[in-house]
Amino acid sequence: MRAAVIVFPGSNCDRDVAVALERICGRAPARVWHRDRTLPALDLIVLPGGFSYGDYLRAGAIAARAPILGAVIDAAARGVRVLGICNGFQMLTECGLLPGALLRNRGLKFVCRTVGLAVGATDSAFTAGWRAGQVIRLPVSHADGNYVVEPETLVALEGEGRIAFRYAGDNPNGSTGDIAGVFNPARTVLGLMPHPERAIEPAHGGTDGAAMFRTLAAALT
Amino acid sequence: MTGDRTGQGTAAMTRTKPAEDPTVTAALVAEHGLAADEAVRLDAMLGRTASWTELGIVSAMWSEHCSYKSSKRWLKTLPTTAPWVICGPGENAGVIDLGDGLAAVFKMESHNHPSFIEPYQGAATGVGGILRDVFTMGARPVANLNFLRFGRPEHPKTRHLVAGVVAGIGGYGNCVGVPTVGGATGFDPAYDGNILVNAMTVGVADANRIFYSAAAGVGNPVVYVGARTGRDGIHGATMASAEFSEDAEAKRPTVQVGDPFTEKLLIEACLELMATDAIVAIQDMGAAGLTSSAVEMAGKGGLGIELDLDLVPTREPGMTAYELMLSESQERMLMVLAPDRAPTARAIFEKWGLAVAEIGRLTDTGRLIVRRGGAVKADLELAPLVNEAPLYDRPWVRPPPPAPLDPGHADRPLADPAAALSRLLADPDLASKRWIWEQYDSQVGADTVIGPGGADAAVVRLHGTQRALAMTTDCTPRYCAADPETGGRQAVAEAWRNLCAVGARPLAVTDNLNFGNPEKPEIMGQLVGCIQGMAEACRALDLPVVSGNVSLYNETDGRAILPTPTIGAVGLIDDWALATGLALTRADATVLLVGGTGPGHLGQSLYLRVFGGLTAGPPPPVDLAAERRAGELIRTLIAARHISACHDLSDGGLLVALAEMALAGDLGVTLALPASDLTAGRLFGEDQGRYLVETAAPDAVLAAAAAAGVPARPLGRTGGTALTIGDAARVPLADLRALHEGWLPAWIKAT
Repeated sequence: MRAAVIVFPGSNCDRDVAVALERICGRAPARVWHRDRTLPALDLIVLPGGFSYGDYLRAGAIAARAPILGAVIDAAARGVRVLGICNGFQMLTECGLLPGALLRNRGLKFVCRTVGLAVGATDSAFTAGWRAGQVIRLPVSHADGNYVVEPETLVALEGEGRIAFRYAGDNPNGSTGDIAGVFNPARTVLGLMPHPERAIEPAHGGTDGAAMFRTLAAALT
Repeated sequence: MTGDRTGQGTAAMTRTKPAEDPTVTAALVAEHGLAADEAVRLDAMLGRTASWTELGIVSAMWSEHCSYKSSKRWLKTLPTTAPWVICGPGENAGVIDLGDGLAAVFKMESHNHPSFIEPYQGAATGVGGILRDVFTMGARPVANLNFLRFGRPEHPKTRHLVAGVVAGIGGYGNCVGVPTVGGATGFDPAYDGNILVNAMTVGVADANRIFYSAAAGVGNPVVYVGARTGRDGIHGATMASAEFSEDAEAKRPTVQVGDPFTEKLLIEACLELMATDAIVAIQDMGAAGLTSSAVEMAGKGGLGIELDLDLVPTREPGMTAYELMLSESQERMLMVLAPDRAPTARAIFEKWGLAVAEIGRLTDTGRLIVRRGGAVKADLELAPLVNEAPLYDRPWVRPPPPAPLDPGHADRPLADPAAALSRLLADPDLASKRWIWEQYDSQVGADTVIGPGGADAAVVRLHGTQRALAMTTDCTPRYCAADPETGGRQAVAEAWRNLCAVGARPLAVTDNLNFGNPEKPEIMGQLVGCIQGMAEACRALDLPVVSGNVSLYNETDGRAILPTPTIGAVGLIDDWALATGLALTRADATVLLVGGTGPGHLGQSLYLRVFGGLTAGPPPPVDLAAERRAGELIRTLIAARHISACHDLSDGGLLVALAEMALAGDLGVTLALPASDLTAGRLFGEDQGRYLVETAAPDAVLAAAAAAGVPARPLGRTGGTALTIGDAARVPLADLRALHEGWLPAWIKAT
């Protein structure tokens, strides 16, 4: 699997997801600088967590207009898988690859804890390693994870099997329908607030995130 | 000056030309905080009257903050060396050797006063400042910790201060991508007017690539990098700014404003430049900004330095030499580069969108010369600024020893220990601080093995290795107030114990000495006593002090804070998988008490405060030899995998520690205690040097303890969903959890 992690000024989970990809998939991803305008031939693009451009204006808003995003959007149109984690999810809604928006958490505070997630659609390169309805545990760590979407879009998301994850029991941010992650219509683009890269080995206290990277490697190699 | 980041603020302007410098008068000298004898010394040093800019520079360098003039005599008595110490006090941070080519770089620093005035920015910039102290030395910051003290919860300001400080620590630390993995928070009326915000950063560096601040190389360029300079934080709170204002413009507030985004870029840019051979010396611009960085770098190198302030990147025009030299704008660094390496630095800093400017060069004159608009605004000999700052041997008195506590308190049988425990677990000092630490990203970096609430110390893996650092912050101020020497000893011993409890080998400490006005002999006595106790404990436990910070004058209306010598300690674990948490892990295991088996020391205990309304008696004595034996035994037991959970006994004593272990593991315990043990002293006494351990091999633990000469005895077994105490009491964990976790969120919400 040829993967790339896009690095924005203020990204701070870029190393963590690169480590996870290399550890599980056996090949280090490329690191692509936000000012670049082209991408090499790829199977997976990761938009990492962090505070791109300081989260100024809105979380993900400036990154969504960075020079590299044009290439990311073009690649997504060709079916290259795109994974947006946390700040990366915010970028995906800001640039229009995913519907909806991520507002300030309902409690108005940053929240960092491990939560249960019910897996939704499993017919994707990201989630095929789980059973539908399976509850896994992943850490969240964000201030703006309150996913909102128009009612008709919500109906479409649910009808088209585009809900990837819902918070199970403990919704840390007040998101609509307990949504933690959503797909594009082709299920080639996934945005999620939880951090799978922080739960891939015993040192993390949980390994539920590893299945996502394993499945991606299997599907895209 | 180029490479400015798009969008960097340009403040609205009300003044475009620098104001005329005021004439320096005796009154102005006094307003700068110089004592009469210091003013005489200044005149003698110059042989003339100081200029306005010179007065600002000298008063900053001779301030308590920069010169440690009240504490230095006593700080020198702390042990600072060990074979594993690479760099002790005097640099931006301490450095210790971790083996395998790695070094840990760490320090703790206070931001008490700014955090009281403006809690969010005060705490945020406190985190930013300590981060810079660490990455200045070539280390990537891998963990943040803190130690917070607030006034009583009923005080009208406390809620606002807690919420703001916590948000500020999180707002900065979360954005820069350094996990906040540990801390301690407590309340006492003595902090009503002076809260404590002590922030600690631990970084990891290549042991052979540590960067220092001593300048070298006459003619080498002096380069400014980072954020632009504005009028924020000029001269801290010591200035009566209105009297110095030449026009109607109000000065910026004296609390600096932090930008963690710029700090993140600065970390990455500095570490990238440090991987080249461009940097000769580097220092962050912290307190007293450009003044202290320039003076200390050139002074330590025994050289001179010339600065052309017209070249300093600024946020607003019209700044005077005085303002430029004393601004405490955040996220700035000063570097001396090797000849012809300025282009390398420029390319890297421009890539990261940061300001970079060559603002001067090193000379062989031993003088600091500052120019603005072509005119020399300051011309000072450096040596007296650095080496001849006034030092005081302030008078001090040892406080009278506290009267012994009536033994009746400790021996009193408890009819309902569960009720007492329930009340203690909801006490503000003992209640869970989950509401606080869930606002911190404790996992970024993906190397956090044990984060907040998981153990007595946080454990962070050394990236890409099997080894891990353990770290903790600790101090028990009420012990220090009752008996400074014992309190100083206890703060070090408890930090040492916290590291042992996770299985780490303690290596070194940093300290943050928070006290009242040292000009009062009784306050000075607290400082001296605490340092004496710390020094004794550090020697006995082989814990060199490698860095530190002193915060004095923490007083309001003549009322001082409790003496608070915060200790930050760092240790090493050879295998992160051995790191032991405090949560109970398995049913049908044995819980043992390891260490001291005294009758139960209730003096200065939280039990006595909560149930007796008393802060009385001596604090628990600290037997450093016994402490060492117990700690080493615990580490041996953890390395042998004989114990599966461990927690040291501190505030609240035995039952509180046991409840914390049970709650963390969501697993009950049945204690088989004889009725004679159901006393306040036995259950809630705060005797030192003790640990609770969970083991599936009690015989092995008891044998090892006997061989090590450490008392140990089984107390009960794990299992079920309640805490059962002999025949006397049974309380469901769910009830205890509701009390323990409930207090802080409920208090924050109450209006």
